[in-house]
Amino acid sequence: MSLDLSRREFLQGAGAAGALTLAPGVFLHAKDPEVPVTDAVRWGMLVDTRLCQEDCDACVTACNEEHNLEDLGRPETDAQWIRKLTVRDPLGGRTISLPMMCQHCENPPCVDVCPTGASFRRVDGIVLVDKHTCIGCRYCMMACPYKARSFIHENLTEQLPHAPRGKGCVESCTMCVHKVDAGENTTACAEACHKDGHQAILFGDLNDPDSEISKRIQEFGATQIRADLGLNTGVRYQNL
Amino acid sequence: MSVASIRYATLDAGRSYWGLLAVLAGVTLVGLAGFLHLEHEGHWITGMNNQVVWGIPHVFAVFLIVAASGALNVASIASVFGQVTYKPLARLSGLLAAGLLIGGLVILVLDLGRPDRLIVAMTYYNFKSIFAWNIFLYTGLLAVIALYMFVLFQPAFARWTRAAGTLALLWRLILTTGTGAIFGFLVARQGYDAAIMAPLFIIMSFSFGTAVFMLVLTAACHGSGRVLGDALLFRLKNLLAVFVSAVLYFVLAYHITNLYATEHHGYEAFILNFESLYSKLFWIGQVGFGSLVPLALFYAPRTRTCRISTHVGAGLVILGGLIQMYVIIIGGQAYPLVLFPGMEESSSFYDGVVASYIPSIWEFLLGFTGVAISLIVVVAGLGALGILPEDLSDPKPAG
Ligand code: SF4
Ligand code: SF4
Repeated sequence: MSLDLSRREFLQGAGAAGALTLAPGVFLHAKDPEVPVTDAVRWGMLVDTRLCQEDCDACVTACNEEHNLEDLGRPETDAQWIRKLTVRDPLGGRTISLPMMCQHCENPPCVDVCPTGASFRRVDGIVLVDKHTCIGCRYCMMACPYKARSFIHENLTEQLPHAPRGKGCVESCTMCVHKVDAGENTTACAEACHKDGHQAILFGDLNDPDSEISKRIQEFGATQIRADLGLNTGVRYQNL
Repeated sequence: MSVASIRYATLDAGRSYWGLLAVLAGVTLVGLAGFLHLEHEGHWITGMNNQVVWGIPHVFAVFLIVAASGALNVASIASVFGQVTYKPLARLSGLLAAGLLIGGLVILVLDLGRPDRLIVAMTYYNFKSIFAWNIFLYTGLLAVIALYMFVLFQPAFARWTRAAGTLALLWRLILTTGTGAIFGFLVARQGYDAAIMAPLFIIMSFSFGTAVFMLVLTAACHGSGRVLGDALLFRLKNLLAVFVSAVLYFVLAYHITNLYATEHHGYEAFILNFESLYSKLFWIGQVGFGSLVPLALFYAPRTRTCRISTHVGAGLVILGGLIQMYVIIIGGQAYPLVLFPGMEESSSFYDGVVASYIPSIWEFLLGFTGVAISLIVVVAGLGALGILPEDLSDPKPAG
């Protein structure tokens, strides 16, 4: 229990610090660190593959910049929190392009297998790694069906206060928890996609029937990737 | 042979004894230097990457841990099933199991991204994680072995031998099940999602552990000038032959059940079609040299009573076992995850393609360190305690 508390405080502290550094000129409804994260909300994302352009990787670039994920020229070991995936139907050759990142599962296999509990799910649906208790065993990477996680294979420099990272730990998409906790109500990838005029990624509260994300899902439906695994993912896709 | 009459003796700590320990310590030191370098640089200097996250260290570690469980076969047969012939070897069985387990655990710890956080691993537990349970099972087995050895060494506790042996037997069966389940629980991976993984690991442990036991026993007898009787050696060989056949049977059952499900055909072709490296390792290494050749050596009329063939066969079983671990652990990761069944996938993150993995010297150093530490425990134990009976020659025919 005490672990959970400290973890929450830690993350919210990081979130607040991020809000400060990011904030100039922007009005933020920063989340009060005293108010616990609640399961009244479930944060999620909706991707419309028809709007996603195959030659665009604005979401990837934005995520890398937001969290300072460097390209070290070693693609096999470089961290990728989000990647563009091309899916081609061999029958007829229809091709779709979509962003693939941590699906923020409600029943996350990465959390189930983690020996120390470092891999955890916040009650608001965001799946994170506690960088203080991760021992770098990589079992969560074995367990994630989406290959969403990266291991940090080298020393890192120039850490950002809102995105603590370090050699020997595992990390993945945080659904921009620092932005969410700062009340920005968006993620770097969704923002970048929006700016580029594609609007393929929508962030929002899946629990709120009046949120735009919920309305769009009600109207057009949405699919989970590997729904057969029963993970109830927080990232959903349309027009797969 | 009455149990009470067995006389045990330590190995004579002569020049060759200390020489062997020095060599093992040297290997360990080189390995630890490699570990420090790896720790300093990070894992990018290894062959492991974001696709193949477990590599050669895990091949060695899982092999040693599984073999540790199997090394207790002789103890179980002697103490639980009351086979008198094996009683003199029960102590060696316990010692070897402890050594192999320690070596395997050391590798696992040294390969962690944050080995400095070992204390975290011991204080924060997620009880839903089979990995966390295994930490208990492994350290618990060491305690159970210690208890079993204590009972063996104290004549006053002789009547508890069977109880302690039974505890060790049950514990190690659960432990190997747990080790197999580490893989069996990975539902999203084509090669692992199979309940048969757990029994397969149990039978693999019998086979690998017995093979290691035979070679260590022979080496210890040879080094200490003891005569190891043919009867005992060939009896162990016959046991090993049964285990090797059983592993082969389970492997066959695993692939046949997988072939039944069309969704697994991709992975099955990957392992069976003789095109990928893993498939070649499977057929030539695991099935050929690791199983069929030893079985031929163990059963063929011309070699079945030849000591050298027996030892070569046991050595091949060990080699085949390491290759089998490689095929399971690395092959299972190299095969791409299927996100969209029936579709072709591609990305900058190696979706849809077989991941590459080229093992590095650093990983082998970790593996060798574990093996060396296992052997140090065994050699030191043999030198310090009365583990080996003075006489292991065949009983003289009566009259
Ligand atoms: S997508 Fe992978 S990393 Fe994300 S919550 Fe699910 S299992 Fe965990
Ligand atoms: S690498 Fe870290 S987060 Fe992943 S399972 Fe191991 S301890 Fe948990």
